[in-house]
Amino acid sequence: MATITMDNLCKVYTGGVQAVTGVNLDIADGEMIVLVGPSGCGKSTLLRMVAGLETITDGTLKIGERVVNALEPAERDIAMVFQNYALYPHMTVFNNLAYGLKNRGFKKAEIDRRVREAAQMLEIGQFLDRKPRQLSGGQRQRVAMGRALVREPAAFLFDEPLSNLDAKLRVQMRVEIRQLQRRLGTTSLYVTHDQLEAMTMADRLVVLNGGVIEQVGTPMDLYSHPETTFVAGFIGSPAMNMLPADFLRAKVAAEELAHLPAKADLIGIRPEDFSTAPPGEGDLVLSGQLLLLEPAGAESHLHMRFEGFDKNVVVRLSHVPAAEEGQDLTFSVRRAALHPFDLESGQRVA
Amino acid sequence: MQTKRMTFSGKWLPYALLAPQVIITLIFFIWPSFQALRQSVYRQGDAFGIRPDTFVWFDNFKALFADPLYLNSLKVTFVFSVGTTLLSMSVALLFAVMVNRMIRSRDSYTTFLVWPYAIAPAIAGVLWWFIFNPSIGIMPYMLDMVGYDWNHRRDGNDAMIMVIIASAWRQISYNFLFFLAGLQSIPHSLIEAAAIDGASRFKRFWTIVFPLLSPITFFLLVINIVYAMFDTFGVIHATTEGGPAQATNILVYKVYRDGFVNLNFGSSAAQSVVLMGIVIVLTVIQFRYIERRVNY
Ligand SMILES: Nc1ncnc2c1ncn2[C@@H]1O[C@H](COP(=O)(O)OP(=O)(O)OP(=O)(O)O)[C@@H](O)[C@H]1O
Ligand SMILES: [Mg+2]
Repeated sequence: MATITMDNLCKVYTGGVQAVTGVNLDIADGEMIVLVGPSGCGKSTLLRMVAGLETITDGTLKIGERVVNALEPAERDIAMVFQNYALYPHMTVFNNLAYGLKNRGFKKAEIDRRVREAAQMLEIGQFLDRKPRQLSGGQRQRVAMGRALVREPAAFLFDEPLSNLDAKLRVQMRVEIRQLQRRLGTTSLYVTHDQLEAMTMADRLVVLNGGVIEQVGTPMDLYSHPETTFVAGFIGSPAMNMLPADFLRAKVAAEELAHLPAKADLIGIRPEDFSTAPPGEGDLVLSGQLLLLEPAGAESHLHMRFEGFDKNVVVRLSHVPAAEEGQDLTFSVRRAALHPFDLESGQRVA
Repeated sequence: MQTKRMTFSGKWLPYALLAPQVIITLIFFIWPSFQALRQSVYRQGDAFGIRPDTFVWFDNFKALFADPLYLNSLKVTFVFSVGTTLLSMSVALLFAVMVNRMIRSRDSYTTFLVWPYAIAPAIAGVLWWFIFNPSIGIMPYMLDMVGYDWNHRRDGNDAMIMVIIASAWRQISYNFLFFLAGLQSIPHSLIEAAAIDGASRFKRFWTIVFPLLSPITFFLLVINIVYAMFDTFGVIHATTEGGPAQATNILVYKVYRDGFVNLNFGSSAAQSVVLMGIVIVLTVIQFRYIERRVNY
């Protein structure tokens, strides 16, 4: 159990790639922090800096009260789950779990107790004598988890641990990891580029972009109040629609946008904030042509074209409307659902 | 699995196409082996046909294993091949581990380390002959400075060390390439996981890297023993010629000496048959284990 404190962390790779720039983050004891961002944004790099697998170019990293910048990975009291699991192929599952304990000089009885306990928790007890190659992907995943668990470390680090699993197993393991983490109360740093995984698992989400933190907050914070256009576009699926304010002003009555600051020249509207219900007091009313209807069972995605705007606008409804492609449809949007941004800086303005 | 099948129109074409390979094998491999097998149970007559070859059952073998010189040669061969194999493999592994750590200069080091393999064994032998030459060589000169009197013409141990070094030297390149490829095929995350698991550099090597290299190590072990036993003729011939006092007279060299220099064909043939037996055993071991994929 420990806090993790990052103070102005920077990483420059030999060759000059600036992978992480000025990251400040305080992780509370027992918290599950998820790092998300597009490919190449520095998520793995940041995680590996915490693990001690990459040197820290600049800044201070504390685990608990200790500054760990110069410590070896083994001395940092962390455990890591790798994307490819990194199980030792020549060792049995038991020895895979026991390896870290043996290296730390644990007594045989204690090793045995811990390994069996972890194996039971992860339901891999019957595989202890097998080699990793004799296990399925999901079982390997569990072994990798087990190897982290037995050590009872101060923090878990996960680098896209579920990305090699199929969709169904992924959902299942996601829930299990989350439950396990809650139960053990171990501080965790979890890297993923799957925003659904990120939203559902995180106590707090960290959105990285180009090595810089865009925003930190609870998943709902980031969803309902994205601070930048990048976060707005990254969190939520389908992505938020970005409409030029000029286009909206031409479409709707002036007083409906009067509450927005003058600098707000880009307005974000989430697909799910469009409604087919009759407009209430002060709602925006928008109508356009339906280009494509994508029914998806419980919900449907409508690709709309509004006159005066040359991109598709996506609308998400919780039902499948009885509409033909090519037909004109009218939606209402609540005023509070508008996300105003400054186009130039990409920052939220209200 | 689907296999591609060629159909030939004529009945003889496939045989004709196979013929060159089969003929070469028959003439240069099967026929001499057969000759050796036959000769090993005959006593050679004289060149004028006055006394013909006589069939002597296994007398040649009995004589062989009663001959202290042959037993000595067996012992010499054992020491020599174990020494050569261990030296070439351990040095190669050391180089491979060091080169594998490099990032930018890796390719140039690899190129340099592979060059010795391109040098013919006899030429390498001459090279070492010069280096170790007691009167003009650089090694005896340097050893003399630290108070060691090197003379492989007089001292059997010196001679053995010299031929081991000379034979291992060339094989290091070969082993190095295999070890390097093996090291590069070990996922880096395994090493990282072991580092997080608290294993020191040394421990990581012996508990993770080395076991994962074991299929390659085993393969090289057999290859190197075969090399040391059969392919080092040139080195011995160019340096010690089996001397001094039989100290480096390995089996293959003895076959040649007894057969072609001393013209004792019966004994020489029997020795060849023994060598054939050894090759067969090594090959069988090799295939057995390769099939089972050592360790994992
Ligand atoms: N060893 C390295 N040497 C030089 N540059 C590197 C190295 N590792 C990563 N980089 C660069 O650093 C940046 C961040 O890489 P990183 O692996 O942290 O991305 P990521 O967010 O984990 O991406 P992904 O989602 O694809 O895993 C990338 O531009 C990458 O090219
Ligand atoms: Mg990554």
